[in-house]
Amino acid sequence: MLYFARWKISLIVLVVLAGLVTTLPNFFSSDTLKAWPDWLPKRQVVLGLDLQGGAYLLYEIDRKDYVAKRLKTLVGDIRQTLRDDPRIGYTGLGVQGNGAQVRIRDLERLAEAEKRLAELKNPLVANLFGGQAVDEFDMTVSEDGLIRFAYSEQGLSQRISSIVQQSIEVIRLRLDEFGTTEPSIQRQGEDRILVEAPGEGDPQRLKELVGQTAQLTFHMVDQSMSPEQAMQSRPPVGSVVTYSADDPPIPYLLEEAPLLSGEDLVDAQVSFDQRTNEPVVNFRFNTSGARTFSVVTQRNVGRPFAIVLDNEVISAPVIREPITGGSGQISGSFTVESANDLAVLLRAGALPAKLTVVEERSIGPGLGQDSVDAGRIASLIGAALVIVFMILAYGRFGVIADLALIANILMIFGALTTLQATLTLPGIAGIVLTIGMAVDANVLIFERIREEARAGRSAISAIDAGYSRALGTILDANITTLIAALILFQLGSGPIRGFAVTLAIGIFTTVFSAFTFSRLLVALWVRWQRPSRLPI
Amino acid sequence: MLLRLIPDNTQIRFMRLRTISYPLTIVLILASIGLFFSVGLNFGIDFKGGTVFEMKTMESPADISGIRTQLGTLDLGDVQVQQFGAPDEVLVRVQQPEGGELAQQSVVSLVRETFGESVEFRRVEVVGPRVSGELAQAGTIAVVASLLVILFYIWFRFEWHFAIGAIVTTVNDIIITVGLFVVLQLEFSLSSIAAVLTIIGYSLNDTVVVYDRIRENLRRYKKMPLPELLDRSINEMLSRTVMTSVTTLLALLALYTFGGEVIRSFTLAMIFGVVIGTYSSIFLAAPMLIILKLRPSAVTGPDSDASDASGEDNKAAST
Repeated sequence: MLYFARWKISLIVLVVLAGLVTTLPNFFSSDTLKAWPDWLPKRQVVLGLDLQGGAYLLYEIDRKDYVAKRLKTLVGDIRQTLRDDPRIGYTGLGVQGNGAQVRIRDLERLAEAEKRLAELKNPLVANLFGGQAVDEFDMTVSEDGLIRFAYSEQGLSQRISSIVQQSIEVIRLRLDEFGTTEPSIQRQGEDRILVEAPGEGDPQRLKELVGQTAQLTFHMVDQSMSPEQAMQSRPPVGSVVTYSADDPPIPYLLEEAPLLSGEDLVDAQVSFDQRTNEPVVNFRFNTSGARTFSVVTQRNVGRPFAIVLDNEVISAPVIREPITGGSGQISGSFTVESANDLAVLLRAGALPAKLTVVEERSIGPGLGQDSVDAGRIASLIGAALVIVFMILAYGRFGVIADLALIANILMIFGALTTLQATLTLPGIAGIVLTIGMAVDANVLIFERIREEARAGRSAISAIDAGYSRALGTILDANITTLIAALILFQLGSGPIRGFAVTLAIGIFTTVFSAFTFSRLLVALWVRWQRPSRLPI
Repeated sequence: MLLRLIPDNTQIRFMRLRTISYPLTIVLILASIGLFFSVGLNFGIDFKGGTVFEMKTMESPADISGIRTQLGTLDLGDVQVQQFGAPDEVLVRVQQPEGGELAQQSVVSLVRETFGESVEFRRVEVVGPRVSGELAQAGTIAVVASLLVILFYIWFRFEWHFAIGAIVTTVNDIIITVGLFVVLQLEFSLSSIAAVLTIIGYSLNDTVVVYDRIRENLRRYKKMPLPELLDRSINEMLSRTVMTSVTTLLALLALYTFGGEVIRSFTLAMIFGVVIGTYSSIFLAAPMLIILKLRPSAVTGPDSDASDASGEDNKAAST
């Protein structure tokens, strides 16, 4: 165990040096690093959100809300389909549980109704590889004329899946111009989206940008009665009372069917009103939107219409003249920032479904820095205590164990930096724990050497036996810890993962440093001193 | 002169001590289980849902009762306010409101608006009811899965007696650590699960090292009675067991003292776990083998070679 081929020595030294070189950039500021020659590694450890400060936001698609909305349009489609010429008489059309149903009056025409409605089953393309196409809805027809549409489980989950994809794209567009640091947007599980924004201690504005559905619609104001009258009695058929975003909210009576929606927009920009100098949002319609808008405004000069965002009226201007150019302006009581955010939201488009924050963790930059400092001090003191203790206990061999420990820490940081794994606060705890446990391998070996020496072996033979016999023990002991770390990594999230990563890396470097680096040092010492008695 | 925590040739009759250690362990376990079901764990928001605000106030010490009154006017339900770390730092816990995730978000904006510029929000954590349920499930699965995988690993590497002994020992450590969480009412959060898993790792590490020596001695001393052989093995490994516990505890103590408030309970759990793990690998893991009726004949295998059995010198590999 004490003989090392020259190539092995070089390899071991190279690995330790690699650890040192890749760790080195972490000791310098990024400005200093820029001045370094290109051939030197410059990557630093990636700090987790808990160490650099930032926001972690986990969103979930609101299934219920989505299904409710989708079923409402389905009911509308069924109505439309049955009213088409030749009209089929029906009754009891409505949403029912997880689906919609309708009863055909004339049983003789049931087959015809079934044929027409079958188109609404809405086949979805399964996936890129052309798997089996699934219908969004299962349709069942019973003899007494009842036709039921129910969401198929597969259909719904595919639908949700594509909604997540769309939402991620919308969010990405919205956050493109957000702040200085780039937030990361990832899908998580079946119906969740994770948004992480490093350096963002107060994610209020981020949340507003991400979570808002931003469904923009244009409605005519119904002037057949006042909103107060409508609230007291009943609003006319096809009209609905909607409130403004003001405080206190002002009610408006609006026609329910929108004239146009945000989908018809091609652009939205902030500018300033020439008279009042207030920030406003200018928008432009696409060709078909512009045509509709022009027709509507020509017909309704002198009447007010309302611009509604997520069921809140933001302004209700009176149409003074026909607008044929296909562009318009939204004014409200905007600040520059809120006008800018609205423009971003309109450009990016609406979210296909409501998103709910199911988990939020935001760490201020102050706490992050404090944690880094605390972690640094704790590791330094922990390492110092262990180093002193090892020297007290094992003398010269303790020094060797300490050198191995230092090499070990360098390799852990080197590996973290090279793999660009994220270092979290529990991760630092993992490193400190590794510092404590790393010497265990050396302790096992040294105790074994002591024992073998007591049993009457010569110094060199005791060292040799110590290393070879402790190997199995060390492997067994570390593999069990490694198993715990791997499972922790698999099942943990965020910070816990960081802990598992450092623990696992620590196990590899520990075994390596005990079996190659510390053994090499001992071998070199033996070759140099030729000891007859063990100083251990 | 080198420091020796354990003198050479220590011969403590650990197996005799099991008349004390076993009842003691059983009492501890029963107490832990009883406390777990009567008093219960102090679950953090990770598993219970809810909102936590850590804030730094402008004045020092923080006006905790003032903050409490201010929060009281917001009508947020059950709110806890406590000092956290430095005297100007305050931790506010708000229970999971009735209205689920949406209500939770309004709690966050309400509190942020109310305190606005007067405090620095150092940390805001919100865990909704669905996520907390999933985290609790994932945590339980993590603990159980790692126990199972480790059980199979030890079974594969040793005999089944060792595997059962190691798992019983580890489960004991987990139960007593959970008992500590109950007694001290430490917050049980995701990082506590990490602490528990680390304790599993550490305790097994210790147990495996002792078992390894027992296995070796079983091959070497084929006729020695089991209790004597176990005593001998534990005594031989005692120095190492104590040394490693001390170095690990030194590192953990540094972390506990200087590592900051956020991971303090995590570190405390680990410190306790190291102590329990060390205790159990000596007083529980080895005597378990007697209960499980391990006989020296149970250990055979290709790697019990002649030099091991006779204790003769190994041929030096080379120089």
